[in-house]
Amino acid sequence: MSRIDLDLAHSYKPNPKDDSDYALLPLKMSFEDGGAYALLGPSGCGKTTMLNIMSGLLVPSHGTVKFDGQDMTRATPQQRNIAQVFQFPVIYDTMTVAENLAFPLKNRRVPADQIKVRVGQIAEMLEMSHQLDMRAAGLSADQKQKISLGRGLVRPDVSAVLFDEPLTVIDPHLKWQLRRKLKQIHHELKLTLIYVTHDQVEALTFADQVVVMTRGKVVQLGTPDALFERPAHTFVGHFIGSPGMNLVEVTAQAGQLRFGALALAAPRELPEGALRLGIRPEYLELAPEGAPGTLPGRVTRVQDIGTYLLVTVDAAGQAVKARLAPDAQLPAVGDAVGLQVLGDHTCYYKNEELVS
Amino acid sequence: MQLTLERVGKTVGPSVHLYPMSLSPTPGAVTVLLGATQAGKTSLMRIMAGLDVPSTGEVLVDGRPVTGMPVRERNVAMVYQQFINYPSMTVFDNIASPLKLGGRPRAEIDQRVRELAARLHIEVFLDRLPAELSGGQQQRVALARALAKNAPLMLLDEPLVNLDYKLREELREELSALFSAGDSTVVYATTEPGEALLLGGYTAVMDAGELLQYGPTAEVFHRPQSIRVARAFSDPPMNLIEGELAEGGVRLPGGLVLPLVVPPGASRSVTLGIRAGALRERVREGDLALAGVVELAEISGSDTFVHVATAVGELVAQLPGVHEFGLGASLSLHMHPSQVYLFDQAGALLLAPAARGRVTP
Repeated sequence: MSRIDLDLAHSYKPNPKDDSDYALLPLKMSFEDGGAYALLGPSGCGKTTMLNIMSGLLVPSHGTVKFDGQDMTRATPQQRNIAQVFQFPVIYDTMTVAENLAFPLKNRRVPADQIKVRVGQIAEMLEMSHQLDMRAAGLSADQKQKISLGRGLVRPDVSAVLFDEPLTVIDPHLKWQLRRKLKQIHHELKLTLIYVTHDQVEALTFADQVVVMTRGKVVQLGTPDALFERPAHTFVGHFIGSPGMNLVEVTAQAGQLRFGALALAAPRELPEGALRLGIRPEYLELAPEGAPGTLPGRVTRVQDIGTYLLVTVDAAGQAVKARLAPDAQLPAVGDAVGLQVLGDHTCYYKNEELVS
Repeated sequence: MQLTLERVGKTVGPSVHLYPMSLSPTPGAVTVLLGATQAGKTSLMRIMAGLDVPSTGEVLVDGRPVTGMPVRERNVAMVYQQFINYPSMTVFDNIASPLKLGGRPRAEIDQRVRELAARLHIEVFLDRLPAELSGGQQQRVALARALAKNAPLMLLDEPLVNLDYKLREELREELSALFSAGDSTVVYATTEPGEALLLGGYTAVMDAGELLQYGPTAEVFHRPQSIRVARAFSDPPMNLIEGELAEGGVRLPGGLVLPLVVPPGASRSVTLGIRAGALRERVREGDLALAGVVELAEISGSDTFVHVATAVGELVAQLPGVHEFGLGASLSLHMHPSQVYLFDQAGALLLAPAARGRVTP
């Protein structure tokens, strides 16, 4: 197992000039030994490029990749001692489940008795002990992908295991079981695991630390809790959560926050000028019209989402959403309300970056 | 437009795709067909469109039988899972095609296309070919074309399923605004309970070729007539616990008695249903506590779904916000007895949490 340090940028074009020429903009980050990480972002954000650079499938156009302080920028995946799991099963159909799991160990001449113990352990974790002697060919796509996961995890001495959207082919009702398995396995094996996905549920459930990416840029590296409570970038606020964070245009001026023609006293010291105020629907409370410190608004939509109410309010020409408990007083469309936008959970952004 | 299905059924060879069902989607509103894959949603939509003829029963439009009338003679717009556009036509011509077929004057076509393109945020792509656009943009083109047709009946078969969730969220909101602005009768198939709730309107719950329940979406969610409906219309699944009638309530596995006023005539064995959202970490007065051990916390971005092994079985609780729980940590869940559902031995609803002010569809 290793600590991985990246200090690099990557462009698929020969002479990159603008930011848009880079698949990965200059970045500097570290993956700690034994951590569970997810790289999360929409398609085209650069997460697969980053994974390929770590695995050794791609040499970055600029900068270095270090494993435990040693420069590995041009090392092959074998030299880096990386295990990989892909979207689709990569297994030997003619071999049994046990032979498939044992293969990466046999290749490295691990003694037979050690192989037996390790294969048994991995099979038990994946609940495949009863299938060890079955041929892989007869198994379902789900089962085959479980073998792939097992092959990725079977070597105890790997630097890291990289997963590229490994649950794509898994049936939705089995997904949560496998997510639980992966989490347990990380707990027990203490391997460094790096998991690429565009699915926030998979990323937030699996990882202790999530790397959120957009347009070739890492916008936040943080715990799931931090991504929810203190998004470092407006993209994170928008992308994490459904619906995402409300982002309201405001101007900070002489101790006041201006919302169009309206103004409220700024709750804390903020940089002057155009800002965006971020508040999650979960934290936006509705108060009676005219309540002190609130922004006046009018209810435009009320939705019963079963376990909660989703209320859309038009405030100073901007639509914001509030999520209310199911037993909250039900507002009606057209009601005038006060929005408590300046709370403890409110975040402020300048040029899309968190400033307070 | 009033579409009526009377005892419509469909059998193909030996297999039953649809058991006879009657359904009249509310005119001018959205009806969601909710069910897992293979529930029969697509089979039913194909019959509504006139693409397939039912094996039994009648299809009526405004009281006139149209069973067997082919799709081209009906005025129906359809949108599918796959992004279907005319590949050699520009986005403009794609959206304009139903209007051109309708022989509308040029100026009117131009205006209507630009209006719809603006509403779906594709006006900058009007001169491009569909293949030059992303998946989300291509589906917007298909949706704009269906809307341009302004058909009295619009059928959408899981139109957002192939898109990223953020895009899905955005388009769903735009669509539901467009549906409520228009007067078409809309039928929208989905496998996701959350999508049905966000679309609102009315919901028809389907399972294994059967229509189980139809009504205003929130009402069906809050008063599922059977365990099957409750199962199909919950995500995460409703927690179901086998119980027995006892003095003053229902005895749960492990011996705990949940205080409940059970309606007379209930069977001795009952099933308790608890929605994940009714379980809380925080205690309130009158709560029942269920102690357990965390198996996994799944985080959706807005909610944490924590799976807890308790004496009454494994429970899933939906806690708003992001919370971290270690595997194997102890956790007590709390719920109020007034929040439970009760089903009899046959799975029929006996008791549901009292309705508060409901949102009208």
